[in-house]
Amino acid sequence: MSGIKVINESCVGCGVCLKACPVDAISMVDKKAVIDLDRCTLCGACVSSCKFNAIQIIRQAVAKEDISNYKGVWVFAEQRDGEIASVAFELLNKAAVLAGDLGTYVGAVLLGYGVEEKAQELIHRGANKVFVMNSQVLKEYVAENYSAAIVNLVKKHKPEIILAGATTTGRSLVSRIAVSLYTGLTADCTALDIDKEKKILIQTRPAFGGNIMAQIISPDYRPQMATVRHKVMPESASDPTRTGEVIEEVFDLNWQDKRLKFLDFIKEAVSTVNLAEADIIVSGGRGLGDGANFKIIEEFAQSIGAAVGSSRAAVDSGWIPYSHQVGQTGRTVCPKIYIACGISGQIQHLVGMQSSKTIIAINKDPDAPIFKVADYGIVGDLFKILPLLTKHFKQA
Amino acid sequence: MNIVVCIKQVPDTVDVRINPETNTLIREGVESIINPFDMYAIEEGVRLKERFGGKVTAVTMGPAQAQDALREALSMGVDEAIHLSDRAFAGSDTWATSLILAKAIEKIADVDLILCGKQASDGDTAQVGPGIASHLNFPQATYVRRIDTVHLDTSPKIMIVERLLEEGYEILELSLPAIVTVVKEINEPRMPSLKGKMKARKAEIPTWGNKELEIEADQIGLDGSPTQVVKIFTPSQKKSGKIFEGEPQEVVEKLINEIKDIL
Repeated sequence: MSGIKVINESCVGCGVCLKACPVDAISMVDKKAVIDLDRCTLCGACVSSCKFNAIQIIRQAVAKEDISNYKGVWVFAEQRDGEIASVAFELLNKAAVLAGDLGTYVGAVLLGYGVEEKAQELIHRGANKVFVMNSQVLKEYVAENYSAAIVNLVKKHKPEIILAGATTTGRSLVSRIAVSLYTGLTADCTALDIDKEKKILIQTRPAFGGNIMAQIISPDYRPQMATVRHKVMPESASDPTRTGEVIEEVFDLNWQDKRLKFLDFIKEAVSTVNLAEADIIVSGGRGLGDGANFKIIEEFAQSIGAAVGSSRAAVDSGWIPYSHQVGQTGRTVCPKIYIACGISGQIQHLVGMQSSKTIIAINKDPDAPIFKVADYGIVGDLFKILPLLTKHFKQA
Repeated sequence: MNIVVCIKQVPDTVDVRINPETNTLIREGVESIINPFDMYAIEEGVRLKERFGGKVTAVTMGPAQAQDALREALSMGVDEAIHLSDRAFAGSDTWATSLILAKAIEKIADVDLILCGKQASDGDTAQVGPGIASHLNFPQATYVRRIDTVHLDTSPKIMIVERLLEEGYEILELSLPAIVTVVKEINEPRMPSLKGKMKARKAEIPTWGNKELEIEADQIGLDGSPTQVVKIFTPSQKKSGKIFEGEPQEVVEKLINEIKDIL
């Protein structure tokens, strides 16, 4: 019987698990932890918190289909208008490492219309095999059609791992696929490794907006699926001498889901809004005092080739559109450099940007929480600091 | 229009702190709230009902205390609430959770639209909405920032929505029944009215367990969940950064000197 149990011989009654439990399901009786099974959600927080390994989650062994004939590490090559998203190259780089550890091949899945020639680009970036489905139905991304295409590819070729970018497209697509295939999916991973002994994928992801990290496995189900956060892993280099196999597959028109019609795509007028792709983001917050002052953020951003972000306060004040908002109710970003100007650093903002590689904060309040996560900071008046920085980088 | 809103009770991130000695998350005394994104889903459901008539039902899965989230939803104008709770559901990952919610929606029957927040603020997976869609074989639109035209007199009923993407937005036409997950931009959630609070306090909230949903035991809980959490840990704390104070010209030069190699 699956469930959770306390090993009384190991429990020292320290009470750490009580504090770790999010649903108050643990109490101390005679200096031993006791779990109220009607409250417990089996989340495992107490198991990780116990230094004495006194709490265990027991799982029944699942008898599933034979998983040993699943081979290959696949990457979903997301594209729009025939342009392959850079996150696909980051995934290929990682896939090559994982495939090396498993002794298998790297596959790329390319869906679209008139995209065949892009298969070579994926091979140059490290794919050994590219599975191409070329169909007018796949011209635009529609979750239902893309999902049907990939589910059928998986059933035919049986990959052991599938990676997709944790983009709006990747996240909504693979959730559908994982349910159809009855397999495990881990969202928004920041690290992927192979357990070399068990030959399984160890997926590391932030939860609680990065305040905790979780390691997740799907040992008994195939393929093991994960979405990977953009910009966390380096891109694979393009080597035009690489060769590989292109496997053309047919999209069966019976798979098309006619309940959903793509009507139009409207590119945001401001070209600098794509926070997901930006290497540098300059964000403005309440400290700007007025919407008109976003101009100095924009000028500075332009001088260093950065995208413009903002805190929630600036969006709520109507200074800048919602699409720029970074944080819990906005976007989660992970650029190489994040520059927060006049942003105090409420936890809701921090969870959206704290995994950026380098964080720079400019704020007049030395006690602002943003300085706690900053690698570099300037305590001062942003209206004086930013123009100096802009001037410097314009000349550079 | 028969609408179901799926909500989740989560710890309020504002209260979440890290114990610096043990490096663990302190959850003691942390208040539970409705996942912030679900508030927009509730509001959108109530607005659609106000425009087109019909009924909004809020559904949540969780332990007894999750009823508080349902009462809050009722106070905002939701008509009915259903609490999904069973020891057999504990340990469900997103696969099993979306199955349990899908089975509840099937039991509610004749649903036109399912609304969810784009993701929950504790798990951040964004998997359950599309997961429900896949279990029910409904079309889905995720990250919706606007529900535009709704035609209820056509067959099938249709709806036009705007999806917020990284580099812009797209416009989709969906046949109902469908699932829509929403982003913050879609609306401004209302405050509960006094009348709404009174109604919520008195409302009967049925609890459905697996006796009601009749799902195969090996598809729910730990046994039905493909993923397993092997370890939870707190990321190593960043060492404190270099903070400069002084004359603007001087501190700017110091900063440029530090970052010139990474730019």
